[in-house]
Amino acid sequence: MTNEALQILISEWFPNPEFEIKSESVDIDREEKESEIEESVNPSLLEFTEEGSQFLNVLVKPENLHELMNKLKINSETSLDYLFCLTGVDWGAELGIVYHLESTKHRHNIVVKVKTKDRDNPTFDSVCDLWRTAEFHEREVFDFFGINFNNHPNLKRLFLTPEWDGFPLRKDYVDEINMVIK
Amino acid sequence: MQETATLNNSFKSEEYFINMGPQHPATHGVLRLLLTIDGEIIKKVEPDLGYIHRSIEKMCERDSYQQIVHLTDRMDYLSSHINNEAVCLTVENALELEIPDRVKVIRTIIGELTRIASHCLWWGVMGMDVGALTTYFYGFRDREMINDIFEETCGARLTMNYNVPGGLMWDIHPNFIKRVKEFIVHFKTKIPEYDKLLTGNVIFQKRTKGVGVLSKEDAISFGVSGPVARGSGYSCDVRKYHPYSALDKVTFNEVLETDGDTFARYNVRIKELWESLSIIEQLIDNIPEGEHRVKTNAVIKLPKGEFYQKVETARGELGVYIISTGTKNPYRMKFRSPGFSNLSALNHMAVGGKIGDLVATMATLDLVIPDIDR
Amino acid sequence: MQISLNITETIQECLVSMMSESAAGYIAMVIIALIYLGIFSVAGLFLVLLERRVAAWFQLRIGPNRVGFQGLLQTMADALKLVSKELTGTDRADKFLYNLAPYFVIISALMALGLIPFTKEFQAFDINIGIFFLIAVSSIGVIGILLGGWASNNKFALIGAMRSGVQTISYELSVGLSLLTMILLTGSLQLSEIVELQKSGWLIVQGHIPAIIAFMIYMIAGTAETNRAPFDMVEAESELGAGFHTEYSGMKFAYFFLAEFINMFLIAAIATTVFFGAWLSPFGITESIPWLGVLWFLVKTLLLVFLMMWFRWTFPRLRVDQLLTLEWKYLLPINLVNIVVMAFIVWQNLIILI
Repeated sequence: MTNEALQILISEWFPNPEFEIKSESVDIDREEKESEIEESVNPSLLEFTEEGSQFLNVLVKPENLHELMNKLKINSETSLDYLFCLTGVDWGAELGIVYHLESTKHRHNIVVKVKTKDRDNPTFDSVCDLWRTAEFHEREVFDFFGINFNNHPNLKRLFLTPEWDGFPLRKDYVDEINMVIK
Repeated sequence: MQETATLNNSFKSEEYFINMGPQHPATHGVLRLLLTIDGEIIKKVEPDLGYIHRSIEKMCERDSYQQIVHLTDRMDYLSSHINNEAVCLTVENALELEIPDRVKVIRTIIGELTRIASHCLWWGVMGMDVGALTTYFYGFRDREMINDIFEETCGARLTMNYNVPGGLMWDIHPNFIKRVKEFIVHFKTKIPEYDKLLTGNVIFQKRTKGVGVLSKEDAISFGVSGPVARGSGYSCDVRKYHPYSALDKVTFNEVLETDGDTFARYNVRIKELWESLSIIEQLIDNIPEGEHRVKTNAVIKLPKGEFYQKVETARGELGVYIISTGTKNPYRMKFRSPGFSNLSALNHMAVGGKIGDLVATMATLDLVIPDIDR
Repeated sequence: MQISLNITETIQECLVSMMSESAAGYIAMVIIALIYLGIFSVAGLFLVLLERRVAAWFQLRIGPNRVGFQGLLQTMADALKLVSKELTGTDRADKFLYNLAPYFVIISALMALGLIPFTKEFQAFDINIGIFFLIAVSSIGVIGILLGGWASNNKFALIGAMRSGVQTISYELSVGLSLLTMILLTGSLQLSEIVELQKSGWLIVQGHIPAIIAFMIYMIAGTAETNRAPFDMVEAESELGAGFHTEYSGMKFAYFFLAEFINMFLIAAIATTVFFGAWLSPFGITESIPWLGVLWFLVKTLLLVFLMMWFRWTFPRLRVDQLLTLEWKYLLPINLVNIVVMAFIVWQNLIILI
């Protein structure tokens, strides 16, 4: 599947309620106006971009994460069943996770991103039940970014000792002894 | 009812914990496994990591791209060249550099030699883990020849640092081609010896067949890659699906086994030795003339964006993920190491087996702990 | 040239001329024991050296060749180092049993040596239940291993000890039964008589097919009894670290180590005695020079020892359940059938005599 086809398919799964309201109110020549509306209001709750990346990027809201992931995996057209990379990222204001997915059947890739502004208690849904490899990767993210995962079977520190203070891969982590700051 | 209950209770065996590692001969370094055992039968394996964690990802955030290359061969030190190559490819793709063919071919040849060297070491250690101590020295004999070739060309035997963003640090040694050809002739007579000593042995087959089974579905779910995944019948060779360097110019077979047990994984690696030899044979006579390096800026700044590059190391799929904000350092750098995902499947594979099975299974996962801990 | 190797009598005669007969008896015993202790601790050390050289040969290495001529003194130096090493142990080990265990192992190994007929005369004591005594004594060693593993207060050691118990008890059956097969042929348990009988052909020739089967079973079970690869479940360094002797150091470890080699020698020596005519030369070629018997005995024994080393450095290790399967499902039934076959052969007098 090409990235465009994927985008069209996936965007239909999560229609934006705001968009529907708007499109209903605009009753004249819907097809003509659609391109304009798309610029102002996203028809989907997901944001797509291919800019600066070789994959199709999907930004999803935390509450839709697990549902999206589940659909991406079980839908026969996407069937993205291979989670090959799960990365925690600190974007400064936001904390988030990047999922790299591949389909072993169709051999297409997609990147799903999820972000939260809550830095004190960031929480996402775990995808352990979909991909068992996520168990270790999520523990790693929990260890280094302090991101919690709901429904994770065994969420505890993986690399660091349990009493370790702070989350080293966050940008605001300070360790004057072990870190050389240039 | 009550009587049987008490009777059962009195004969109930007790589970106990045992610490395997961090100093244990079969964990190949500083992996600690918390085993829950009932007699000799394994109930649960919980890896405890971090004994050699250096936070390479954090270090990368303050290093320049040239420096990062040098950090990567401390991850999976047995395929250091391929790790270096992964970072260089990511940077080169991001900068859209045109890499000379000579560089591509040499990178591929050395990459395949690295794979052979790594598999040789694995074979030796595999034998040792199931109790045949002699294999270790046979594996090292052949690996030594490769290391000598590396030493002549790169100046180092293990952590080679031969790649730089833009090409190779220097050109190959004049003896390189001759010695690689010598090695090919030598090694072709030695792989059958490997088979004679270990593969065909009845005890070895008894120890490995049907042990540590990983089905194809589980392999995909656990995100395993490399020979472990191919032993379960999951076709995932990055060299086939996303060819890099000169791998699109050569023909080779992806080795697949369907049993998913320890013996299948063992066979995949042994057969991969032949495939790697064939790749080297196809390229060694056709190294094109040309530059060994293209000039890059002294300070490399990647454009804003996200870059992902996969390569196939000896252990599986290594991913390098760079988020760049356009400065001279990456904003976030992630290494998707093959060993980490492969290790996560260990519990699933080992439960229900004996301690000896766990050791045999672990041997075919071919774990390199610095690769897992990063 | 006449060298008297009948040490017991020589010493006793010498002592009787000096003191009363009973006192002489005791002192003679002590002296002989000391001689045996000396000879075999040195022999054990050389077996260690031999093993290392053989291993090196298999493994494309050179092996120890620096201390003394061709490394002959290497293991002596190692032993000196081990003697001078600090003895460490675990905190909450059962101290008494922990210290007792190595002696169990080494003493049982040395005790059995007294029966081995190196030549017609060179045999410390020749009792009429020789083979029975050998089997009985050599199985005491497992108690030492069990104690050592249990008293160490270490789980790896405990697993090793339990495996050892299971293994030795199982394989003892096969050792016993395969020797029993041969006893059907000899009709005597006394070692000197067994050797005497072989003047008309080694037992492995006399008993032909069942004897060869018995010999093969004996070698497999014997290797298992000495806890050597491919049956080294007890140590299994890639699984258990060092197994039952994980927590032993210095000389106590050395006792276990030495006992393993002496046991290996014993197994080979029993095989030589029962199957290959002990000190008898092939076809009686050196019958006129009796002291050459020692040479023949050692040549035969060392060949068998080499065979066991060959096993060790070639084969992978069995898993613990496969080990038991091999014994209970294969060796034991074959052995029982083999005894019947041997009985039939003896009954019908189908023995091959030269």
